[in-house]
Amino acid sequence: MNEKTKKRIVITGIGIVCPLGNDVKTMWDNILNCRNGMAATTIFDASTYPTKFCAEVKNFDVTKCTKNPELHKNGNRHSKFVIGAVAEACKQAKIEVETEIPKDGIDRRRMGIYLGAGEGSVDNENFFNAIVQGWDDAKAQMNWQKWADVAFGGMQPYRELEQEPNMPAAHVSMFTGARGPVRSCLTACAASTQAVGEAFKMLQAGQADVMIAGGAHCMIHPLGVMGFNRLTALSTRNDSPATASRPFTASRDGFVIGEGAAIVILETLESAKKRGAGVLAEVLGYGSSSDAFRVTDMHEEARGAVQAMEAALKDAKLSYKDIDYVSTHGTSTSENDSIETLALKKVFKEEAKNTPVSSIKSMMGHLIGAAGAAEIISCILAIRDGILPPTMNLNDPDPSLDLDYVPNKPRKADIDVVMKESFGFGGQNNVVIIRKYKN
Amino acid sequence: MTERMPVITGLGAITPLGLSYKDLWSGLCQGRCGIGRITAFDPVGFTCQIAGQAPEFNIRDHVPKAIRKTTKLMSRDIELAVLAANEAFKDAGLKTKAFDEQNITINPQRTAIILGAGLISCDLIEIAPAVAKGVTDGKFDIRQWGLHSIEQITPLWLLKYLPNMLACHVGIIHDIQGPSNTITCAEAAGQLAIGEAALIIARGDADVAIAGGGEAKVNPIVHLRQCLLKRATADYNDNPEIACRPFDSDAKGSVFGEAAACVILETPENAKSRGANVYAQIIGIGQSCSINAKYESLEPDGKGVQFAIEAALEQAKIKPCNLDLIIPHGTGVFDDDAAEARGIQTVLGSCLDRIPVFPTKSMVSNSGAAAGAVDVIAGCCAIKDGIIPAAKNCGNINKHCKLNIVKEQIKKKINYALCTSYTYGGQTAAVVLKNNE
Repeated sequence: MNEKTKKRIVITGIGIVCPLGNDVKTMWDNILNCRNGMAATTIFDASTYPTKFCAEVKNFDVTKCTKNPELHKNGNRHSKFVIGAVAEACKQAKIEVETEIPKDGIDRRRMGIYLGAGEGSVDNENFFNAIVQGWDDAKAQMNWQKWADVAFGGMQPYRELEQEPNMPAAHVSMFTGARGPVRSCLTACAASTQAVGEAFKMLQAGQADVMIAGGAHCMIHPLGVMGFNRLTALSTRNDSPATASRPFTASRDGFVIGEGAAIVILETLESAKKRGAGVLAEVLGYGSSSDAFRVTDMHEEARGAVQAMEAALKDAKLSYKDIDYVSTHGTSTSENDSIETLALKKVFKEEAKNTPVSSIKSMMGHLIGAAGAAEIISCILAIRDGILPPTMNLNDPDPSLDLDYVPNKPRKADIDVVMKESFGFGGQNNVVIIRKYKN
Repeated sequence: MTERMPVITGLGAITPLGLSYKDLWSGLCQGRCGIGRITAFDPVGFTCQIAGQAPEFNIRDHVPKAIRKTTKLMSRDIELAVLAANEAFKDAGLKTKAFDEQNITINPQRTAIILGAGLISCDLIEIAPAVAKGVTDGKFDIRQWGLHSIEQITPLWLLKYLPNMLACHVGIIHDIQGPSNTITCAEAAGQLAIGEAALIIARGDADVAIAGGGEAKVNPIVHLRQCLLKRATADYNDNPEIACRPFDSDAKGSVFGEAAACVILETPENAKSRGANVYAQIIGIGQSCSINAKYESLEPDGKGVQFAIEAALEQAKIKPCNLDLIIPHGTGVFDDDAAEARGIQTVLGSCLDRIPVFPTKSMVSNSGAAAGAVDVIAGCCAIKDGIIPAAKNCGNINKHCKLNIVKEQIKKKINYALCTSYTYGGQTAAVVLKNNE
């Protein structure tokens, strides 16, 4: 691409539905007051699970966000959350939703969607009972006729359809009328950072003028929590959910699973100016890589993470010295926090210990596919307010992890450029760089 | 940016027509049908009892010895993708870590992998013994499940079913360290993945990419989903050969199947410098969205399909009448076929009669996230051989469809081919291929 003609891409709206609140203001207020969203699991009965708590979205009602609740009623939790987040982000960005003939100055064929979105929960009752009825334990055989009798008798078409990971994007397109490039990706915990990064690149390439980007995910369901429990990826600190997510501590024992949706409106500067939309921040760079190492582990030398960070810096034409703050992946798992710290040391060299980094997962929990976009929103707010969000519960630092993790309370700072990084199971690494907007 | 639009230099496909893209292409040319009664499980209680299944293979024969034990972590979707990726790299004449560790001819950090993947369902038989321990009075009881069943599930269970694991395994086998993404837009995923890979190369973030999709839809839950939505035909269980009837007036639904299809993309410069065989160049990518309150179906006027094609032609800088071949999504779902036809017709206008349209699913079945990539491979083969095969099961074209469906095989030079795809949920894609001879 010709460097001179590279378009400037800005953020003109943000919206969130998450365990720390169902709008941006509430979420940020909770972060700045060091509150957390963890509590006993209520979405399903987890009382006999190894992990009995999580970070749930509370009191969210999609019917308050839409004129057509009927259209979204079959959506999974996260397909409803994403409507809430899009409604808030579009309002801020002066984008009209649910209207036949929008007068916001955006050609719907030039408005796209890129979500890092997850699958929906199976229909648990019918899913498990069909297996119970069909399975002959003595013969170790499935009687498919019996299985099908229960499955066809109980399962509902839309309940099944809504499990597909492209459904959140489907709801967002119906809600906004977006007819440009619409797509969805799922690269585990890196998905929504990747979605924002790729949306940024699509705008630079001229494929659209506006992109609704972000993520939506809820894996707080019987099979999801079971899967993570079996991987021993979740904290089992059942006696103290509030302090269970403790990134970079010696006593960290896994992440706390959360749920939610987070949306940023990306737009060419030209389009934002033309429409008179307010600019919150500018996206400067994006880097993506894969570990190609092991299915189960991150690369021991943080090869992929380093490559993605360096690619993002190069894309932004910046040096590590220009970065004022890093919003980490910081999951509170033993492996991630060590390798991420190693990666930061490799990239930031002599500046590593002077560059503040933190993990809001200590308060919000881990929104899996939606995590990156939620954290990008916290980066934008950090730039706006000049405040670094803290890493909470950092009372027993891991002696081998010695960066400035902004422990336990927010800190005022003059922030110009921030880096957001996300890493996914399977080795996808994605990094986005955002800067305070200047004319 | 257009000058860096990639060329396709390698093909790989595992489909119901065979374990190679050559089987796929010869099968399509001969009018062979890969659809039959389901053998992966007993379909007796299902409304639709037929599907497209790939021939048998043993995955352990297809991965380097050093990582053979990771095949235990491969769901069927992953296995299919691994095979297709192997063939694509070989066909491109590229040596990766998998083939010859001493003489690697890709730069791992400058190689990308972008695959479309479906919603992978778990293996019900694998978890059934554990589920059976979570029962009270003959009904599933989650507390019992929590107490007795969870610990019986294999620890790495979840990793078999994450959609990004197709790209993860292929990436490890071939040492691909550049951008990696997994597009999860159901039946549009394969072409959207190829589109994203093309953009990554065009913008300079990689020199080589492997792109496409893989999905194994012959799984009880996945199959049931399509049956419940009435997208899978229930009318031809005794006649699988004629079951999938794209654009035909007797179409009663689609037939689902399993496949993986991958293409190797590279910059024209890269291909030239190593003297690679070029099948075609991707010169246009279009994307849009169908918006319909009944979001399991296309909107009746096919507007999303129309917009995607228009965007692809615009980028390709060609007119509709320049097209020599269209490979549509054509599923055999009557209303969707009619809507897709309307969308294509709107774009083609007066050249409607002149442009041959060749749907593939009547032979190869509907393989979800792989389907669009299967069609791109068919398009590449058509361009290379100058052949458009005859369509199958479309003898009595439905009255909403004015497309020129190919009745008899055509031999002619194909300069430009268009592939389209769409999905429930609305995402649409269009890809324009150019003959670079």
